[in-house]
Amino acid sequence: MNRTKMTRQTIAFKTLLTREVRRFLRIWPQTLLPPAITMTLYFIIFGKLIGSRIGEMGSFSYMEYIAPGIIMMSVINNAYANVASSFFSAKFQNHIEELIVAPVPNYLILAGYVAGGTARGLCVGLIVTIVSLFFTSIEIQHPLITISIVFLSAILFALGGFVNGLYARSFDEISIIPTFILTPMTYLGGVFYSISLLPEFWQNVSLSNPILYMVNAFRFGMLGVADIKIEIAFAMIISCIIALTSFALYLLNKGTGIRH
Amino acid sequence: MKALSITHLSKTYAGGFEALKDITLSVEQGDFFALLGPNGAGKSTTIGIITSLVTKSSGQVNVFHTNIDTDSDTAKSYIGLVPQEFNFNGFEQVKHILITQAGYYGMPAKQAEPRADELLHQLGLWEKRHTPARALSGGMKRRLMIARALVHQPKLLILDEPTAGVDIELRRSMWTFLQKINEQGTTIILTTHYLEEAENLCRNIAIIDKGQLIENTDMKSLLNRLDKETFILYLSKPLTTNTPLSGLDYQQLDDSTIEIEINRGDSLNDLFAQLSQHNIEVSSMKNKANRLEELFLSLVDQSEATL
Repeated sequence: MNRTKMTRQTIAFKTLLTREVRRFLRIWPQTLLPPAITMTLYFIIFGKLIGSRIGEMGSFSYMEYIAPGIIMMSVINNAYANVASSFFSAKFQNHIEELIVAPVPNYLILAGYVAGGTARGLCVGLIVTIVSLFFTSIEIQHPLITISIVFLSAILFALGGFVNGLYARSFDEISIIPTFILTPMTYLGGVFYSISLLPEFWQNVSLSNPILYMVNAFRFGMLGVADIKIEIAFAMIISCIIALTSFALYLLNKGTGIRH
Repeated sequence: MKALSITHLSKTYAGGFEALKDITLSVEQGDFFALLGPNGAGKSTTIGIITSLVTKSSGQVNVFHTNIDTDSDTAKSYIGLVPQEFNFNGFEQVKHILITQAGYYGMPAKQAEPRADELLHQLGLWEKRHTPARALSGGMKRRLMIARALVHQPKLLILDEPTAGVDIELRRSMWTFLQKINEQGTTIILTTHYLEEAENLCRNIAIIDKGQLIENTDMKSLLNRLDKETFILYLSKPLTTNTPLSGLDYQQLDDSTIEIEINRGDSLNDLFAQLSQHNIEVSSMKNKANRLEELFLSLVDQSEATL
């Protein structure tokens, strides 16, 4: 790629990312405030009220134990929701055409939306982390692992949101997957418990849930304990990112959901 | 140099509908070109293919000798599109829409900002620059789409019914604006249902009907083909006789209005002389239909008869 083309594409990417960030900041009562309130309630109800009766889990207080899972849950949900709703709205209002007619290659469209979703995921993650500090103290055991896992997980779910947005034909179709797939997978992904508490059969079933790896890897980064091997978590997240990126690009190149 | 070259272009939609059937046409650089056709003729599909919004089934499209398949980014950078439907984010501010669009074309913000300001002034949107686009009036939204299409200084501007639903005053100011940018070197392709617009602005024309090209020529030659013109004459006094006026092929619309058809080449002076012989005084007159409109209807009728 020659330098001029690279400069042009860098500007296009920054423009798309800026537009996405501006969008979720403009509608902050819909994008940033609700997760802060919901997660505060989780901390109060599960951490403070119920958690005090549960006692310790993995040699940590229940509040300390669930904090990483709750932070990760908010990152995953928001990265996904941002891209799915922003991309579908662009389709719905037809302003996706602004991008299609412009010399923005498909991989940059994907990168721009995913970067926007990742930015919202991380932004909400940061807000929830600050909220959690009101309830528990957090000492990060492995900062590099913590940061890389949260970053990769946000990218992975932003990619998932993009694929959902591509296929969606109505607003219902962008809420089906978060409601019926993502939320149950998150709750069953070890956010509120260690899978060692489950019978062996359900432990094995849980191991097929990718969110379990993210939550546990993030918990390992923060607390130093996990139900799974950290190398496997990284390998699984990176493999899923590669697979979803390839799939999203294939759909974009085919024009699925955006071209007749 | 050809600004646009379309060769054997066909499009069949998923449901089996054949929107375009082997269209071949070209537009020269600097031209003001009309692409006409009845509703559903295939005009928007053609524009959609040129601008990558629609995937073609077969054929070739080149924009300034750049193939849209092999070097689509370069081809796209030459084009500015004003679509038929409003397609901007209604929640974004007017100026942000322009700067964002410029950014997609790789224009840095330092360059995009003065360019956006210039267009906002030219198109009378400066006062609304911080307004969310959804709060603009219909005419302003149309002008915003023109500004957005021009922000990256395209060599080829494609307008798909840009004056639909726009009042006459604004329509005429848009014509002046488009003529000015065409004089400055921008090639323009226009689709419109206002045939007066095409006749006034365009030098060359293509007519599509049911996905087929039925005419592709220059406006002058096409209008020269008109062999009859129909005029409506408003008389100073009501016609008092019921006896047909000899030597005139006319139809009486009411007491003081007649419709008269004259052959191409016949002199209007002769017509008035004949009317004077019958003591008929004409207070005013008009063409029954725009000249291009008459031709357009006859060409579409012929095409339907042969299909």
